[in-house]
Amino acid sequence: MRNLYIAALGVAAMTVTSIGTVFAAEDYGKYQVEDRRSGYTYAAKETQAIQDDNFENPAMLWVDDGSVLWEQAEGEVGKACASCHEDAADSMKMTGAEYPKHNPKLGKMQNLEQRINQCRTENMKAKPFKYESAEMLGMTTFVRHQSNGQAMSVKVDGEVAPFFKKGEAFYNQRRGQLDMSCKNCHGDNSGNMARANMLSEGQSNGFPTYRLKWQKPGSIHRRFRGCNKNIRAKPFGYGSEEYVNLELYVAWRGRGLPVETPAVRN
Amino acid sequence: MAKVKARVKVPKKVAKGEIFEVKSLISHKMESGQRKHKKTGEKIPRQIINKFVCTYNGKAVFSSDWHGAVSANPYLSFHVKAVDSGSLDLAWTDDSGAVYKKTTKITVT
Amino acid sequence: MQSQKNKIQVSRRDILNYTSAGILAAAGISLFGSIVKADKKMTVHAVSKLAGGKEIMSGKITLELPQIAENGNTVPLSVEVDSPMTDADYVKSVHIFAEGNPEPSVASFHFTPASGVAKASVRMRLAKTQNVVAVAEMSNGSIFQATTEVKVTIGGCGG
Repeated sequence: MRNLYIAALGVAAMTVTSIGTVFAAEDYGKYQVEDRRSGYTYAAKETQAIQDDNFENPAMLWVDDGSVLWEQAEGEVGKACASCHEDAADSMKMTGAEYPKHNPKLGKMQNLEQRINQCRTENMKAKPFKYESAEMLGMTTFVRHQSNGQAMSVKVDGEVAPFFKKGEAFYNQRRGQLDMSCKNCHGDNSGNMARANMLSEGQSNGFPTYRLKWQKPGSIHRRFRGCNKNIRAKPFGYGSEEYVNLELYVAWRGRGLPVETPAVRN
Repeated sequence: MAKVKARVKVPKKVAKGEIFEVKSLISHKMESGQRKHKKTGEKIPRQIINKFVCTYNGKAVFSSDWHGAVSANPYLSFHVKAVDSGSLDLAWTDDSGAVYKKTTKITVT
Repeated sequence: MQSQKNKIQVSRRDILNYTSAGILAAAGISLFGSIVKADKKMTVHAVSKLAGGKEIMSGKITLELPQIAENGNTVPLSVEVDSPMTDADYVKSVHIFAEGNPEPSVASFHFTPASGVAKASVRMRLAKTQNVVAVAEMSNGSIFQATTEVKVTIGGCGG
């Protein structure tokens, strides 16, 4: 086995071991599109089994929660999501595959969390949900679950292009004390080991994802923050422009992969 | 989770005498009592579901005792022999004394 | 505020622990609080208490666990004990222990003839690579034991 030090910083050094060739000939079915593979294909079979069974997947408890919130009238206007969007199975069928989207009024990208809160504050006159709150995770997990199986297909051209460029630049930018970019691990070394963990391609098609580490579902921004902390970089805020643009770029990297929300990962 | 929620799954119909699987999930942090508070270093008190009971038409058919090593959002599956149509009552009790219940119908053909 | 609240709960929990320990010890069942440090001996001791001097036999138990657990927070376990599950001959209880956990007791399953089959699945936490032990108590008082090692991956990437 070949040990390749991508960065050495005392005890914080990360070791990458090349074992990628072992997996070359496998057939990943719907979890692979061209050369892009879902994180599902990097997970242990026991972890895959938890995701495979909709009942056994603990994140479905959050989907249930979201389905209740969907019908629940809140705020001064006395409306629920369902008052306008009716059956989520129809109205939210492509949402999980297409967000983040450009919002012309704001002149920038908007992710699903932000779109939900815009709806709440402007149309329902209700309080916004906090990022990572039980309500926000319930709602986002429920909404993206409606898009399960749809191919990831964010728009990246036209008015979106400059934001896509920013997301791409963030992805390739080295940062933190370990001086590493997203690309160093997830672009160049997917399938290799970073100490005891196998690096995936960093695909976002299963978010919010139930991570065994978290013991609950979490947003892609929580994952970004964790990654940034791992390389000893200062994480950006939940819903920050930096992360929304990165979310867009990462969604494009996974173009064609099926929405898997809620996925189960290590 | 805002509130503790449970899910139960049994087959839609079962034949008399058939042994069927009951699958259950409940949202609970299962605070093990082993973790320490990041800042103060104090142990976070245990707050887990410690008891599960399944009653079939009023008769206890299966129960389980849990400790801090049961994972968060506990999953449990077990089996029951179909006798008559009726109800399957599941009850989880946590350290605070709270009891979470879920009832599901059993149709025996 | 938070620590104040925690303190009150700790003392109440301790009282509960000690009280139930007393009751269970009187009933001849051992109980492991978090007072004692993890040790393989604790599991051996618990199993011999369950056996109450009777021979601990092997066989009858099928213990399904991953060889390597990707994450110690959620390790799926499935246990099945071979038994006709009749009123005259059934599995009363199956106890699961994790030898290397700070508190080895994981869960106990209590079956009845109405269970039809002595089979149950849960997900559990394993603090490190260790043996998982299942002990079955049969209706005739006999005791069976099975042990499986699970390797637990210590994560390289948190977040």
